[in-house]
This record gives sequence, structure tokens and C-alpha cells, in this order.
Amino acid sequence: MPTLKDLSKREERFVSGHRLCPGCGAAIVVKLVLSAIEKPVVVGCATGCLEVASTIFPFSSWTSPFIHSAFENVAATMSGVEPAYRSLKKQGKMDKDIVFVAFGGDGGTYDIGLQSLSGAAERGHKIIYICYNNQAYMNTGIQRSGATPKGASTSTSPAGKVIPGKVQFQKDLTEIMVAHEVPYVATSIIGRWNDLVSKVEKASKTDGFSFINVLSPCRLGWPHDPVLTLEITRVAADTCVWPVYEVVNGKYKITYKPKEKKPITEWLKMQGRFAHLLKPENESLLKSIQDEVDRKWEILLKKSE
Amino acid sequence: MPQRLTKTANEVFAEAMRQINPDVVAAYPITPATEVVQIFSQFVADGKVKTEFVAVESEHSAMSACIGASACGVRTLTGTSSQGLAYMWEMLYIASGLRLPIVMAVVNRALSSPINIHCDHSDTMGARDCGWIQIFSENVQESYDNFLQAVRIAEHQDVRLPVMVTTDGFILSHCLEVVEVLEDETVRKFIGENPERKSILDVENPFTLGALDLQDYYFEHKRQQAEGMKNSLNLIPLIGKEFGDKFGRYYDFAESYKLDDAEIAIVIMGSTAGTAKDVVDQLRDEGKKVGLLKLRVFRPFPANVIQKALENIKVVGIMDRADSVNAISGPLYPEICTSLYDSDKKPLLVDYIYGLGGREVREEDIQLVFSELFNILKTGKTYNLKYIGVRE
Repeated sequence: MPTLKDLSKREERFVSGHRLCPGCGAAIVVKLVLSAIEKPVVVGCATGCLEVASTIFPFSSWTSPFIHSAFENVAATMSGVEPAYRSLKKQGKMDKDIVFVAFGGDGGTYDIGLQSLSGAAERGHKIIYICYNNQAYMNTGIQRSGATPKGASTSTSPAGKVIPGKVQFQKDLTEIMVAHEVPYVATSIIGRWNDLVSKVEKASKTDGFSFINVLSPCRLGWPHDPVLTLEITRVAADTCVWPVYEVVNGKYKITYKPKEKKPITEWLKMQGRFAHLLKPENESLLKSIQDEVDRKWEILLKKSE
Repeated sequence: MPQRLTKTANEVFAEAMRQINPDVVAAYPITPATEVVQIFSQFVADGKVKTEFVAVESEHSAMSACIGASACGVRTLTGTSSQGLAYMWEMLYIASGLRLPIVMAVVNRALSSPINIHCDHSDTMGARDCGWIQIFSENVQESYDNFLQAVRIAEHQDVRLPVMVTTDGFILSHCLEVVEVLEDETVRKFIGENPERKSILDVENPFTLGALDLQDYYFEHKRQQAEGMKNSLNLIPLIGKEFGDKFGRYYDFAESYKLDDAEIAIVIMGSTAGTAKDVVDQLRDEGKKVGLLKLRVFRPFPANVIQKALENIKVVGIMDRADSVNAISGPLYPEICTSLYDSDKKPLLVDYIYGLGGREVREEDIQLVFSELFNILKTGKTYNLKYIGVRE
């Protein structure tokens, strides 16, 4: 496990000049992920905030080779890159060891990209897939996705007079990826850099497909004070709204267990999208969300015993 | 020595792919193209090729993976049909926009709905503006020959565009014909080494591929792409001639069949050209001045060639095996009209839509077209569009 000092000495793979918002989680995800890998990397990226803000031609924030093709298919695109590499290796035309990293937002991963993600995982390509999960379609203007939590107000699940934000709970993509029985699956937060870095390091040494779901705040969409970007993810972990764990070859391990599990209101009150949930008339809705968080946490505790 | 073998178009596509020995093939099964990848995967399983075969979970991912592989500078092939091609739509444009020389076998099949697995050209005709070069085949031999030439065309530095080589579903994909298959070494020499391109695996010289192009650059990049397509107009006949000089079968944009002194002609693509040639022969035996233009290359559209071939004809029937459902015509008709617009001698043009969903096209159907054309010649009375061989 490298120290922060070690990381600071590594080559910068995502440089300034990109147009991501101040306080955007995605840029931090990318910096931490790429700094955790010592070998050369080739990056694939789904269409989304990260891609459009970092590759405005003729500029690019990426100092490693980078490919973007479309929204729903970064896993499939990398499913061509990685075999091309293997083919060249087999033919003795490639002497480098390269790590392949795919970045997709939650829309491009949970929803429209689920099929290509599933296919790549099933085929076992040696790719590290990072979902920078900001829990909605932020690039197109904060529309609800399969990753949007229940009760969140988004532009397509607005909190109105009759409907109090998104009606459904979020899809549990991490568990879907665990069900693929790939060798490495994890969740992480950017508020604990060492958690994310150590997980990426593990993934980079995994022989097969790895998936890491990283909670990535969106200061415009959640919205929150941009100085709280890291803190907000720690609160997500402390409230167990976003459990931090890994599943190595099917074995569960909670990598951050809060000393004292905080009520979800601590997480909700930091973000505008949940403001309506704290009103007295939404008390039962609030309780249903707390109950679900508790239920899922208990299951996770059992699985990691 | 080349071998004379009995093979289907699917088999020769797979055989050509084995001989090309690509670095990556990513493909998904679909009737009637399934055999292409099925046979090829056996070559992979038997170690007859160096290829990494990616058995993807959809056609969208097939083309996405081909894009990823081709972006690594490696030779990349695939094959599909109909709904599969439709499902690739988004990625077809991206493959050509990124200037990736992917070669794809397309077995022509009708598009749903209603669902149908048999031949017409609606799948590839729908993809006509996606920036791919499109080469159609009359028979199994042409399917093989076209596929080999496609590699040279796609990879040429002045072109750098993906190419789809089509064959007619079931009519050619599943029917045996005697074909001449070249020796592996001969193919290897003809296609040559994979020319060096920029690769996203070159970690020493990193670059960003697929960047966001806004108002200030998108247009220039699309303009360059258009230039690549234009350049292919020069290259395609050169490759066709080289192929002919070496192997005795010459190829060009189109084949003129008994057109020189013809008063009446049809323009046709794909396997029905064979049936139609027989009808032309019969009518010639009766002393009638008829001919045929078989269009081999639909993209780029060889307008000058078409103009020269057709401008002295009096009445031309255009055979469309797809309907644009636009209340005017099928897709080939307007392209022919465009080609002839600048000519002083404008033949009368009529569009015939035929053979949708694999509807059998008999000699009588083609005879009917010619008799209609003779009628137009005689009376001077014409119409835009007629459907052939359909109950209405």
C-alpha cells in the first residue's frame, strides 16, 4: 500500500485543465484510481461528464492512451482493446504489461451499459471497471437513473405535490456484479483515499475482471457545498447508506465499519435533493428508507461474517 | 494452385477470414450470417489462426469491440445481418468517424417488422449513410473475392474507412456454388502486411481517441472523412484491376452486361443479377436490344460510371430490393437519378421494388420488367414506381 507521499511522486495521469466542476467527485476518482496503478494504463471511458469535460478537442487531460466510443459500451469497447493486446502479446509483438481501466458513470453502467458490462464480466476480460457513481444522469441535467436512491428529487423524478421524488430504491449493481462471480468486486468512497487506492491496487493484480463502484458526489445534482465533497462520502459510509466492502473470489469483507452507525438523516440533510424528505409529512417515507438501509446492512454483516 | 471447391457464401467468408488471419474477430450469431462466425470459431479452436475471437453478447458490443480492437492498430473483422446490423447502427458511424478499417461480412436479410429471415437489401441500404464502403456480391465467388479486396481498400492510408461486403441471405449464404479459392500464401501476399497505424496500446506515445468535437472541429473531421470516401473512388478500381491481373477475375464499380447498343436496360444489385442476365440473353436471342448494369459498389456511389453506362439507354428500370417507404421509390432509384441529372441525354427511369423478405424472383418477373420498359419505350408513357411479384 503506497503512502500519499508515494502517490504524489507518481506520474500524473489526469491533469488539470479539464472542465469538471469544482468539487466534482469524478476527477478525484480518476486521480486516485490511476495513481494506484504502477504499470502503464490504457483508459476507456463511457460518454458522460467525465469524458466530455476532459477531452474537448484538441485538448485532453489524459496523459495515458484513452479511447471513448459511445455511452453504453465502454465495457464492450475495452473487450476489443484487451484481446487486441493479448493477440499482440501472443504474437510477440507487445512487450509491455498494460493495465486496462474502464470508467463509466452510473447511467452508463447501471442502466444503458449494463448489458455490455455483464458481457465483459462473463467473458472475464482483464479490465478494471470503475463506476463513478453520482447516482443520476448528471451530464444531461440530473435525471434519475437506476442508481438514484429512493426519495431523491431529480429532474425526471422531481419532488412534487403528489410524488415525493424517486419512488423506487436503487438497483444493487454491486451485488449484480458479485453474482457474475468475477474475482474482484468492491465499493469504495473517495473520502477514504487509502480504501480506494488499495482496492484498485488489488484489482490491478487480479487475473480477470474487476468491478469497483465508487460513490462520487455531484455538487450540482445532489446538490451540496463543494467543499464537502469528501466529507459527504464519509457520512454515506457512516450511515451505511453506502456500505464500503469488497468481495474477493466470493468472500465478503466490510473494509470500513462505522464505529457508530449514524441515522440516514445525517446523510440526507447535507443534500438539496433530499430536503423534502425531512419535512414532517414525509416521515413514513423517511422511515422506509432507513428500514431498507438497515435491512441491507444486516444482510451485508451476515455475508461478511 | 487455386483450388476449385464447392462452397456457400458463408463458408467462403469464413475461409477468407481464415486466410486473412486477423488479430481480432468480435461477433455475435444471427441468421443467416451465423455460420460465418461459427466456422471461423472452429478455426480458432483448432489453432488455424492467430486470432483472438471475442464472442460478444450483442451486435452492438460486437462493433464496439471491433472499434476497440481496431483502435489498437490490429486487423479486425466481423460479420452480421439484418437486425444485428440495425443494432450496430450507432457504432457503424463511430467506426467510420474514427477512421477504423474494420471489414465486415453482411449477409443481406430483411428488417423487421414483420420479422423475416430471408433476403432483401433493406439492412445494408439503411446503413448507406453511415460512412462505410459497401460492396455487393452477385455470387459466392464474388463474395470471396470482394472480401479479400475489402481489406486492401479499408486499410489504404488515403481511405482508412470500414468496408462491408454483402452477400444475399440464403440465396448465396446457404447455396453451394463452385468457387475458386486462392492459396493461403497467395492471399497473404495480396493483402500484405497490416499497415502501421496509431495505436492506443502505444503507451509511449499516448493520444486521446474519440474526443469531444464541438462546433470548432467536428465539421473539419467530417470533411476529412468525406475525403477518405472520395479517395476510395480512385482506389477501388485499382484494387479490382490488380486482383484481375493476378487471379483472372476483374472487378470495377459496376459490370455492364450487353449494354453497348442497348435501348432498354435494368440496374440491379446482388444475386438477382444472375437471373436477370439469363433474361437479357433470352431477349437478345429474340433480337431485342436489352442490357443490364450490375452495380457492385454502392458506397462510394460511382455517379460518373453510372452516367456513362446509362446515358445512351432510352429507358432504364432500376431494381430496388428495399423500399424506402417514402412514397417515391426505393433507395437505389434516387441515386441513379442524381447520376443522370447532369447528362444531356436523360433516359426515362422507372423504379421496381422486388424480392422483399426473400420473395422469389423468377425469370418471368424480370421478363415482366423488360416488357414494361418496352411499353414505356413504345408509348413514351411512364410512371415512377411499380412493385414486382407482390399480391396487391
